[in-house]
Amino acid sequence: MKPAAFAYAKARSLDHAIELLGTREGARVLAGGQSLIAALNMRLDAPPLLVDINGVSGLDRIERPDGQVEIGALVRHAQALGSQVVARDAPLIARALPHIAHPAIRNRGTVGGSIAYADPAAELPACLLALAGEVDITGPAGRRTVKADDFFLGLFETALGPGEILTAIRVPAATPQMRCGFAELARRHGDYALVGLAACARADGAGLRDSRFVFFGVGATPVRARKAEAVLDARGFDGLDEAVAALADDLHPEDDIHASGKAKRHLAGVLLRRVVREMQDPWA
Amino acid sequence: MSTAVEVTLMVNGERVSAAVEPRKTLVDFLREDLALTGSHVGCEHGVCGACTVRLDGAIVRGCLTLAVQCDGAVVETIEGVSDSGEIADLQQAFERRNALQCGYCTPGMLLTAAELLKSGEVPSREAIRAYLSGNYCRCTGYHAIVDAVEAVARARAGQVGVGEAQ
Ligand SMILES: Cc1cc2nc3c(=O)[nH]c(=O)nc-3n(C[C@H](O)[C@H](O)[C@H](O)COP(=O)(O)OP(=O)(O)OC[C@H]3O[C@@H](n4cnc5c(N)ncnc54)[C@H](O)[C@@H]3O)c2cc1C
Ligand code: FES
Ligand code: FES
Repeated sequence: MKPAAFAYAKARSLDHAIELLGTREGARVLAGGQSLIAALNMRLDAPPLLVDINGVSGLDRIERPDGQVEIGALVRHAQALGSQVVARDAPLIARALPHIAHPAIRNRGTVGGSIAYADPAAELPACLLALAGEVDITGPAGRRTVKADDFFLGLFETALGPGEILTAIRVPAATPQMRCGFAELARRHGDYALVGLAACARADGAGLRDSRFVFFGVGATPVRARKAEAVLDARGFDGLDEAVAALADDLHPEDDIHASGKAKRHLAGVLLRRVVREMQDPWA
Repeated sequence: MSTAVEVTLMVNGERVSAAVEPRKTLVDFLREDLALTGSHVGCEHGVCGACTVRLDGAIVRGCLTLAVQCDGAVVETIEGVSDSGEIADLQQAFERRNALQCGYCTPGMLLTAAELLKSGEVPSREAIRAYLSGNYCRCTGYHAIVDAVEAVARARAGQVGVGEAQ
């Protein structure tokens, strides 16, 4: 189908974008367009005005502030995939990126757009949460930073308010103690995940500490498996069976057209085993 | 209401200026305004890859890019890369191996394969399949397409002639 008519404005700067967003109620940011334009074409959405931020300079950088990796909102998936900094210092994100869509979509879709859109089956929101990262936001009331834990609020719902723009995400840079793991199941390469898992923890002797196991595709937002995390923190790798059993309390996936909730929970257990083994022996 | 916006861009090496409605996608602009009908329209929501074109040197979905976003951009379509001869070897390999039947997916397949082969390396069959995963073909069953892309990669790397790699 073709989109309903809308007005278009190209922002020259961040301030200009915020000003433009304020001119029409329901105005929408246009980043990579890989979710937004698809929704417009299907007439799932009909905003009066699109504010194109692709011309705003300074939002497409990958930087390495002390102990952290900062990825600008307009960094394309393909650019992040080709980045040495991401590969070395944000290995969880580097692991997740090839699973996002297909080359032509990765050439255009942005990291910021993925986080702002917050599809419950998307990879990057889960990675951001697993890494306990944060999000920089600028809006009419100024700048603020929101922790990943407080950012994903509901189905396609985030802490972004009207007229606000996500400008960057930040995650802690990898350390020798950090272990991360990633796995997802999809029917075809590049499809959104049926079920996925992004995980991060600190290796402590033979065990794990501060673990964050975040499932996606199993609820309205990325979901931390807190009971399973607690088991793994307390019992280490020996607690794997118990951690898998704990997913029954942690996850409540609903039936959808791809799989029943029961099947999804089973698959979540399969992924947990794979990812924990990967974290146990990262060199295997 | 939306008013038309003036854009100027390079399409297949030619400078084009036009007034476009914001809601017009790049692929519709190419097909309807410029009569470049080699880029096809399938699903119109990013899934099938029939609309693949190059924007500033990288392949994109023509159905998920607005024409108004292309002001100042360089666009290349299957017509452009055919005329320049850039992918003549890929086109010959597709024909020789029956990697196209109805041809609907072919322009997108060729541009996607061309991007994969740009590095000059010989990708594994698995890597070829992964790179082409966003381009649907309802006719060939993909096998012949993977064969054709692999043969060209090898030929370009000097491993074996395209004609020989049957
Ligand atoms: C066929 C297909 C398959 C896909 N498969 C996957 C997949 O497997 N995994 C996955 O994660 N994604 C997938 N995607 C989506 C893709 O990753 C998108 O790039 C991403 O979801 C949105 O990024 P974007 O830059 O294109 O955002 P846009 O489409 O431009 O915007 C999406 C939404 O976010 C808002 N927004 C964007 N940027 C900002 C910002 N900086 N500040 C505030 N609001 C903003 C927009 O207003 C809009 O509401 C797929 C898309 C397609 C078409
Ligand atoms: S028409 Fe663009 S991907 Fe199908
Ligand atoms: S040849 Fe018919 S769709 Fe591919």
